[in-house]
Amino acid sequence: MLSPTLIALIPLLPVFSFLLIALGGKKYFPNLCGILATLAILGSFILSATVAYEYFFQLGPTAGAFKPTVAVSLQWLPFSPDVSIDMGILLDPISVMMLVVVTLISLMVHFYSLGYMKGETRYATFYSFLGLFTFSMLGLVLSSNIFQIYAFWELVGVSSFLLIGFYFDKPSAVAASKKAFIVTRFADLGFLIGILVLAYYSGTLDFQTLITRLTTPTDQLHHSMAATFMGCSALSWGLALVFVGGAGKSAMFPLHIWLPDAMEGPTPVSALIHAATMVVAGVYLVARLFPIFAISSPASLDIVAWVGITSSFIAAIVACTQTDIKRVLAYSTMSQIGYMMFALGVSGYGGEHGLGFMASMFHLFTHAMFKALLFLGAGSVIHYVHSNDMKDMGGLRKHMPITHITFLVACLAIAGIPPFAGFFSKEEILTAAYHGNKAIFGIALVTAAITAFYMFRLYFSIFWSKDFHPYHTEDGHGAHDAHHGEGPFTMLLPLLILGLLSIGAGFLPFGRLVTSDGVAIVTEFNPGFSAGPVLLALAGIVLAWSFYKKQNNAPDQVAGNIKGFYTAAYHKFYIDEVYIFITRKIVFNLIGRPAAWFDRNIVDGTINLIASLAEIVSFLIRKIQSGKVQVYALYFMFGVLGFVLLFMFW
Amino acid sequence: MSQIGLPHILFLSCALFFIGVYGFLTRRNMITMLMALELILNSVNINFIAFNKFLFADKMDGLFFTIFIITIAAAEAAVAIAIIINLYRNSHSLDVDDADTMKF
Repeated sequence: MLSPTLIALIPLLPVFSFLLIALGGKKYFPNLCGILATLAILGSFILSATVAYEYFFQLGPTAGAFKPTVAVSLQWLPFSPDVSIDMGILLDPISVMMLVVVTLISLMVHFYSLGYMKGETRYATFYSFLGLFTFSMLGLVLSSNIFQIYAFWELVGVSSFLLIGFYFDKPSAVAASKKAFIVTRFADLGFLIGILVLAYYSGTLDFQTLITRLTTPTDQLHHSMAATFMGCSALSWGLALVFVGGAGKSAMFPLHIWLPDAMEGPTPVSALIHAATMVVAGVYLVARLFPIFAISSPASLDIVAWVGITSSFIAAIVACTQTDIKRVLAYSTMSQIGYMMFALGVSGYGGEHGLGFMASMFHLFTHAMFKALLFLGAGSVIHYVHSNDMKDMGGLRKHMPITHITFLVACLAIAGIPPFAGFFSKEEILTAAYHGNKAIFGIALVTAAITAFYMFRLYFSIFWSKDFHPYHTEDGHGAHDAHHGEGPFTMLLPLLILGLLSIGAGFLPFGRLVTSDGVAIVTEFNPGFSAGPVLLALAGIVLAWSFYKKQNNAPDQVAGNIKGFYTAAYHKFYIDEVYIFITRKIVFNLIGRPAAWFDRNIVDGTINLIASLAEIVSFLIRKIQSGKVQVYALYFMFGVLGFVLLFMFW
Repeated sequence: MSQIGLPHILFLSCALFFIGVYGFLTRRNMITMLMALELILNSVNINFIAFNKFLFADKMDGLFFTIFIITIAAAEAAVAIAIIINLYRNSHSLDVDDADTMKF
């Protein structure tokens, strides 16, 4: 195994680059920032890959199962011998897997941004924020303590806020960053309360002790099961509240409203947020506490499953109607994260029952590859067309062949067409759902078909549809001349690497490496079972082909036939409006205004009353202060005389 | 009434004290006020000496106190005159009513 220092360097390298660039980069070496940050993250990636290789293949399973190990542990805030907030590094299959995913995607994004962000005025700042973001996410996945994960959780929130609001001179970007921060922060309130409930009943903050105490029949478990609140045990409440935090970060319905708006950030940031960091944090959190969910509180696991499938389905429908390509991708992310969530929700713990858990992690892994690829590809397209709207695109396949091919690969992967990566993980998820819950399985199948449809709607609209005519911009010369092309080598290489991974990642023997209890499970390939989803996906692709291959009015006709539904989906089912109604009309009017009135009149009023009393009294007695020394002496003398009389006669 | 006793001396010091107070409160010239102040101090000195002589003839405490007060009075006069000179430089007047700027 690598030494603890080297393992600790994985999260520390990005934070060093963040500090270095943030403190001195802009001033002293503005052009080297990108390369410096990329080198730091490359170091992290190499170390992570080494750790993964050693953990999975050299150290190997002990007694048939991969055991979690704590590589580093520093006591930070001890409250009592039992309860302390530690800063540690926990290595187990999921954290090691996440290490590789996060550093790999981050490396790709760093590299891609060398080309994409070139010439930006805040180039150095961008790279420092990227470093901070990567550091936060790495710290989150390596956390050995539930409070440590909370701290890094908030750091992820802050750094995403900074990056989404990167173009802070755009009012929409400012609004989006605030929205992302406030919505996730609101969800984190649930997370914090959940942590406190779990810590109260288990008497510890350490992950491994916590899980052991709350899954085996101990006093702590009995207490937490016995205490009930509104018909559910305290343990279920605690886990459900933790899941609220996870749902906020993972953009699960109904806390997903920040995700589409988060597209205001630079496109590489969207890739990072959607593929490797931020949104998968919620999935990771549930996976981290999965033994407690699965063994002690199946009720809260059901919540996870239904929230997951609802988000997945709604997002897929909304994605069909959006015209901003990044928004389509945002909703597809939400849909795929929903897949991961309900896969966890239908899973059991241990052995073959843990198929859903393994499928979820597998999907997280493959999804990171093709979603990063989709976003980076979309970034290249936006770079070329200077527009986010798919109405401005079409026929780009001849102009950007490499982007076209890699984008197609990613679309096939997300649609679940064999042999691309998404097929394998989706297949496992559907198998798990089939064994776990038939209703969820049914919805998941429909969602798979819709996914294929909207992804290929996107693909055909961008790359086929109509011929692309480089139009002339207002300043008189063509914006899309050949000199621009597909972008520099730095933007193409990540696309190619991720394209290869999107093809190959599915062949990893994931069932042997990452499972709920560390014991390898055998996943058999069942052609009869997988034929259904693949055929549905193909049907979705064919439908998209007939609608969008050539420009025609079929989509408009269909949209016209289901006008009410289409409009509702186009407006994202008015969820934003519901939130605005709740906050503006209900919260502001019923709570905000009375509170403001109370503050202005009662609280401020008391203070003002005291102040004005003091003013009146001092106004009355100020005449005594004449400034004449002899008058003062007279007062003094009468005072002394008064005292003398007082002492003599009383 | 052949001999001067304690009541005579106390009468003297009392008179001296109130003359000083009267002077301090009525005079407008700061130097004169200072002189009135000296009268007050010296009336106290006389009291000390008288009590020492008539009540505790075998002790010296009253004398010491008197000497102490005289020293203080000298120092105080020096400081007071310095202040008066400064005030005079500011307002070109020795009238105490002109130095009334330090009010509310």
